[in-house]
Amino acid sequence: MKKNIFYLSVLLFFTFIFTIFYLGLDKSNFYKPKEVKNKNLEEFTSTELFSNKQLSSKYIIENNNFTLINIWSSWCAPCRSEHAILMNLSKKTDLNIIGLNYKDKKNNAIKFLDELGNPYSKNLIDADGTISISLGAYGVPESFLLNNKSIVIRKYIGPLTSDNISEIIKIIQ
Amino acid sequence: MIRIVKYILLISFFILSFQKLSIANNISSEVDKISKNLRCLICQGQSVYDSQSDFALSMKILISKKIKEGKSEKQIYEYLKNQYGEWIVYDPEFNRKNLILWIFPLILFIFGGLLIYRKVFIN
Repeated sequence: MKKNIFYLSVLLFFTFIFTIFYLGLDKSNFYKPKEVKNKNLEEFTSTELFSNKQLSSKYIIENNNFTLINIWSSWCAPCRSEHAILMNLSKKTDLNIIGLNYKDKKNNAIKFLDELGNPYSKNLIDADGTISISLGAYGVPESFLLNNKSIVIRKYIGPLTSDNISEIIKIIQ
Repeated sequence: MIRIVKYILLISFFILSFQKLSIANNISSEVDKISKNLRCLICQGQSVYDSQSDFALSMKILISKKIKEGKSEKQIYEYLKNQYGEWIVYDPEFNRKNLILWIFPLILFIFGGLLIYRKVFIN
């Protein structure tokens, strides 16, 4: 009797471990940060790329119903492929798209926009990357959709896809 | 007279520069200390201190800025947890989700102790 209980518990133990590992196989082992929703975006001020004026984020965001902050850089390849999508978005809608130029050289950034077009209404410089970090960004490209109260409605890590764009359009309408 | 003034100036210059140096060292050692406890989120397996990725480099600059603003170590951890979630710090919080992880070793320890006790003292 005692032996039976022992074997049964061993069997149960191993089936338990087996199920856990088996279920774990399906789970992606890449860490995906939780989508932070309804969080306030930290305020920042920075220099505009073309006009060299100091601009505060609060001022830009409050005057529009929705704002998309897009972190980009001329040296980042995914940004290049994402750019066409942003251009399309800026043509289709009147969404206020703000660029945050991440760790870039000014000349290269301007060249990039000359070559591929400028979807941004304003472009702020983030020379040492600290603004992006204070916004909670991981790298380039990354986009935040905000309402006029600086609340992050959506956060897109990595290049925007056409699915993301249709979601954005749905939200802003 | 001028000589004395010159010497005083020279000495005070050295003292001041050393002071500046020690303040700078303090901040960088504090940044090192904090960044060793932070997980580099885009380069898994490395701390922010170890990593040379753009993310980690910017993070270190931000930490030193925060220290200069007068934020304490704890405030900086809280700030980053708020931005990036708990995953950024190496020290996990004690909560319902990881309760079993915290308690399981303790349960095993007590269980093992009971087994040994029974083997040694009762038999």
